[in-house]
Amino acid sequence: MKMPAMLSRRDDATGVDGPAPLRSERAAELVPQARLSGPMPWVIAIMVALTAIAAAGALSLRNAGSAAQAELSGGVTVQIVEADPAARARQAEAAAATLASTSGVVAVRLVPQSEIDALIEPWLGEGTAAAGAGAGDDSIPVPALIEARLAGKLTPARIADLRQRLAGVAPAARVDAQAGWLRPVFAAIGSLELLALALIALLGFATAAAVLLAARTALGTNRDTIEIVHLLGGTDAQIARIFQRSITFDAAGGGAVGLALATLTIVVLGRRFAGLGSGLVDGGSLDWLDWAGIALVPLAVIALAALTARLTVLRALRTML
Amino acid sequence: MTIDDADADVVQFDNVGLRYETGREILTDLSFTLYPGSFYFLTGASGAGKTSLLRLLYLAQRPSRGMIKMFGTDAITLPRERLPGFRRRLGVVFQDFRLVPHLSAFDNVALPLRVAGIAERDLLKPVRDMLEWVGLADRIGARPATLSGGEQQRVAIARAVIGRPQMLVADEPTGNVDPEMAVKLLRLFEALNRLGTTVVVATHDVHLLKKVPDSLIMRLDRGRLSDPTGALRYPPRRAATT
Repeated sequence: MKMPAMLSRRDDATGVDGPAPLRSERAAELVPQARLSGPMPWVIAIMVALTAIAAAGALSLRNAGSAAQAELSGGVTVQIVEADPAARARQAEAAAATLASTSGVVAVRLVPQSEIDALIEPWLGEGTAAAGAGAGDDSIPVPALIEARLAGKLTPARIADLRQRLAGVAPAARVDAQAGWLRPVFAAIGSLELLALALIALLGFATAAAVLLAARTALGTNRDTIEIVHLLGGTDAQIARIFQRSITFDAAGGGAVGLALATLTIVVLGRRFAGLGSGLVDGGSLDWLDWAGIALVPLAVIALAALTARLTVLRALRTML
Repeated sequence: MTIDDADADVVQFDNVGLRYETGREILTDLSFTLYPGSFYFLTGASGAGKTSLLRLLYLAQRPSRGMIKMFGTDAITLPRERLPGFRRRLGVVFQDFRLVPHLSAFDNVALPLRVAGIAERDLLKPVRDMLEWVGLADRIGARPATLSGGEQQRVAIARAVIGRPQMLVADEPTGNVDPEMAVKLLRLFEALNRLGTTVVVATHDVHLLKKVPDSLIMRLDRGRLSDPTGALRYPPRRAATT
């Protein structure tokens, strides 16, 4: 009786002492149930979409805050609060001249009366502001405005110094840092940024938890197969690699879908906000670096899923002999 | 190499006992040595502990007490990471076959080679030859659920021997095949045995014992090993072919 050829040659194939690679294409077939198909890719898609949207929100808020701060930093507004139009005009001219001659002040602009009228018109109506000497008695006195920009960081000491300089030539002058008015807005933006980051962290935990549960379920379903592979000399690393590979495929599919959903949502929302025409909102637009960061979200989720699956499977396998 | 070469013992049991949790001992005071190139039949009534003993042999279970040496190494204190290397030296035919249900006959037989890292191109022919030899050339792509009990058993045997193990452990390997195939499978085990593989076959079938004249008999009775012929303690001198 002729024996199979493998029994007549000496090739100690099974004498390998240590882990060997389980060829990946075939290995994945070992535990098909471990392909965390079914709800898993969709859970990951939702997680990726929510994380990417939260990341886009955080980046957009950061951009808006940075843009507003850059625009307002160094900006100073001087109001001449004087009821007498002639005195107000005189003090405004004097204050502008003083500011222009002050070292560290890089730009000074006396806001024209027409601009001030346009600013208050929505609230007070047309022709109500006391523009100057020719205004009627029933007109409302509106302060003159001077915008100035200082080089370098605007500190309370510099503001105090400006106040002191202006006090001599324009006693009715009030000096305010422009950024100071928006401080509560910046604080709110900062809080929203933190909220978005917390949301991203929570979604990361939720993703890890979902993968952990799915990996445990898959392990339970395939326990017999895993035991056989073990008894045939399969190592923990080989078995973990099979599960890791399966979940990486699922996570990649889910990640692609999630990123597409997130991109669509971000673009639509971006257009809606752009339609508001608000300077603060315009500053929150995303640049290519931000988009690159958002594109990293699915990659991070895939890595997190693969790592979670690997650690879960390895931990479970250690309980087997 | 002769069976007197103590350094080359495949398996050495010394006062081994096994109990599951807090139950009674399933195996008690087992002391024996399995020599390279020997052929053993493990017999005993149902419930005598044959499968438990085989589980100890193929490292699926650690004993509750005693000492087990495999290939000259203490298997009790063997670190878990080193177990796969030892298991790759073993071939196991399970009583319930334990084929991977969603893999074809080919993939089931190829599994030990893939686990050992053999390239696909190198395993195609050996696996096909082996399946052809056990009479399953036409069922190469069939999944276990579509195979009869006898066919599944032959796939299980092919899987156990494909890597040419140093020790083959078979639990009732001919229980589901016809007498002609049973003899054929025994010839396969003998062929492996002649190449130096130590073979341990657990069986109820007393007729099988006569078919391998040089075989040694281990008899389990309620968890205790008897050595009716003295062959375990004083094995006949026989040179194993390598």
